Amino acid sequence: MLSPVLPVISISYPILNTKEMEDILLYDRLQFAFTITFHYLFPQLTMGLSLMIVFFKGQYLRTKIDKYNDAAKFWMKIFALNFAMGVVTGIPMEFQFGTNWAKFSELTGGIIGQTLAMEGMFSFFLESSFLGLFLFGEKKLGHKLHFLTGFLVFLGSWASGYLIIATHSWMQNPVGYEIIENGKFVLNNFGALFSNPWLLPSYLHNQAGSLVTSSFVVAGIGAFYLLNDKHHEFGKLFVKTGVIFGLASSLIVAFPTGDWAAKNVVKYQPATFAGMEGIFETEEGGSEIILIGQPNMIEKKLDNKIAVPNILSFLTYQDWNAEIKGLNEFDESVHPTNIPGLYYAYHIMVGLGTIFIGLMLLAALQLYRKKLYETKWILWSLMLMLPFPYIANTTGWYTAELGRQPWLVYNLLRTADGASPTVSAGNTLFTLLGFVGLYILLGLLFLILVGKIVNKGPKLNTH
Amino acid sequence: MELFWYIVLMTMLAVYIILDGYDFGAGIIHLFFAKTESDKKAITSAIGPFWDANEVWLIASGGVLFFAFPTLYASSFSGFYLPLMIILWLLIFRAIGLELRGQVQNRIWEAIWDKAFGISSLLLALFFGVALGNVVRGVNLGNVVNGVSTYEGHFFFLPLWVPSLSPQVEELGIIDWFTLLLGIIGVVILTIHGANWIILKTNSSINGKLKKVVFNLNFVLLVLVIISLLVWHVIEPQPFHNFTSNPLLWIFPIITFTGLLGLFKVKVFRNHGMGFLFSSLFLFGGLVSTAMSIFPKMLPSTNSINPDLTLYNVAAHNYGLSVGVYWFVIAALLVALYMVIQYKVFKGKMDDVGYGEH
Repeated sequence: MLSPVLPVISISYPILNTKEMEDILLYDRLQFAFTITFHYLFPQLTMGLSLMIVFFKGQYLRTKIDKYNDAAKFWMKIFALNFAMGVVTGIPMEFQFGTNWAKFSELTGGIIGQTLAMEGMFSFFLESSFLGLFLFGEKKLGHKLHFLTGFLVFLGSWASGYLIIATHSWMQNPVGYEIIENGKFVLNNFGALFSNPWLLPSYLHNQAGSLVTSSFVVAGIGAFYLLNDKHHEFGKLFVKTGVIFGLASSLIVAFPTGDWAAKNVVKYQPATFAGMEGIFETEEGGSEIILIGQPNMIEKKLDNKIAVPNILSFLTYQDWNAEIKGLNEFDESVHPTNIPGLYYAYHIMVGLGTIFIGLMLLAALQLYRKKLYETKWILWSLMLMLPFPYIANTTGWYTAELGRQPWLVYNLLRTADGASPTVSAGNTLFTLLGFVGLYILLGLLFLILVGKIVNKGPKLNTH
Repeated sequence: MELFWYIVLMTMLAVYIILDGYDFGAGIIHLFFAKTESDKKAITSAIGPFWDANEVWLIASGGVLFFAFPTLYASSFSGFYLPLMIILWLLIFRAIGLELRGQVQNRIWEAIWDKAFGISSLLLALFFGVALGNVVRGVNLGNVVNGVSTYEGHFFFLPLWVPSLSPQVEELGIIDWFTLLLGIIGVVILTIHGANWIILKTNSSINGKLKKVVFNLNFVLLVLVIISLLVWHVIEPQPFHNFTSNPLLWIFPIITFTGLLGLFKVKVFRNHGMGFLFSSLFLFGGLVSTAMSIFPKMLPSTNSINPDLTLYNVAAHNYGLSVGVYWFVIAALLVALYMVIQYKVFKGKMDDVGYGEH
């Protein structure tokens, strides 16, 4: 039987009771959260690292000093491993839109399908074609073309980030659409997807965050070599490069990009902003900024709070007395679902970001005074700080994602209405457990192999 | 517009199965025929710089499916939930097997990842054949039980199997004797295809033996294809109705059989690429002919209550599909350029690429 249009029929689901529906939603969300968190550990390094490898290779082309080429080669090995992990954990992300969020995909696929399909066509092909050439083609291509392939890999990975954040921005701040029968979202303005005011600040903020991770990894491994009394020349090069890139990126991540992104939240998602900052009540004469405190959702206040008056109003509106809407102004049905989670994610990100700036400033100062390589405590701090940008980037994404809940498409489509209607909780739990097991194995193997590469270290290649 | 994107999608899937197909096939050859270290190295070197880019065709096809036919994407991905997840896990295992094997020089380590790479390649070939079988057989859309839909008419869920293993019952499973037959055809043709790739890209010592393997397996393939044609009426009473109403379409079955018959000459080919060409023809022709046998359906309904999903009733809106043509044409030209560059740099025999020796 052929039918030009699918009939609109409403079905009562006899099989699904409320308990089952809640479980489905819980496991679907847990699985997405777990797989995306694990996945993003890898791209956040490779996006930033690709730029730094291009930098090393470029320095080699300029100076013809072998250590730059060897540095590029060493980081390529780490890059390749991370890239492979990013690819294999990335495929499940695209699949899960359809497998676990079928209703969401059906309703919005005409729009977010655009940007996701573009990601596949424009960036994945670019990255994967030239990564092979970059990794195995140095001898065949010569140094200049080899540099070019590295640059194209960098371009592909940053294009991928751009298109993912374009998709994300549409979910946060939907534009260029209309809603037709069946509740389907239909694109009516392609350009709007890319002129979305949410997109540019988020993208720049995210890419700067990715550079923070790669800078701390490069500097941290350099510090490890110096403290270990091994590979001195590379240790110094890595620490120096990491600190310069790290200072620039950790400043940019806060200002202007972080500031700009936060102002978007105030403008488009005021309830989310109140939740992030922990503002339960609108305050007369300006809002304080919360440094520490635990949200108490029963009494609707912060416990053990340490705050500085009027700062938040100033940071947000450049006016000490500007009014910032508290959660009390919004109906509970549009409150962020998990206010304490949102509040902590945001505060961990901001707190860590501040520490990164402080450490990088000190390190840069010592570098300028030519004392950095002897300042043991800074080298120790750089080495031990290595995991923390991963936490900051992850909590940053949690802020964006928890901030959007209970919506998939802000103010338009609820998360609860986006899950796959036919996949039972038992099946989702089965695959969630499978992913947990598989990713623990992947994570262990990854750590062993990275440890092996780092421990072996770069070699000076005498031609 | 829908038809344009349907052709795009079919073309991309055909390219995917030709490209990643040789990766899977190489994995199967690796599992059964590569005994010495140098043979294994030759095989992994022959696919090393390519497999990642080849797998992108799957992701990109998924992207185009999502964008152009969102209802089909939503329906089929949630309905085929378990096999898709298993395919994902196999793809991951296969990739880490290939990438990690050379990282540690230890016989046990190497043995584990060799097997992970080989076995997941084999199972992937099987599952892709089974997947094709599911699409042409159709599914119980709306999960109709006793004449009543339990879901919206374009959603469904299939368990991996039901005890009857029959494609003709109301409540179907992913694996039944029909889909399994297509799965086995998948394994056989991809083994042939992978062997042809290795013959083309390496000077490995097993190339002579692989020619015999291709020749013998081709008999098996011919028999299986004939059996499948004899039983095809079980899932589609009139498999040739599109071909009789539009005779030009016969070109696709002709391509398929050209590929199949051409492969029997594998032992006398002077040019090492001929075998690969013929197995590619078989894959391309076979996939398109299969799609044509159910056209314009993309996922048939096995019940009489809910309508088939066709390229017209699952497509996205016209504006989105039209605007997509602009960026797609640009992207497709770029992809073609990348492929030319990639295969030019890595042309010829690849035994000495040194894949996996980081």
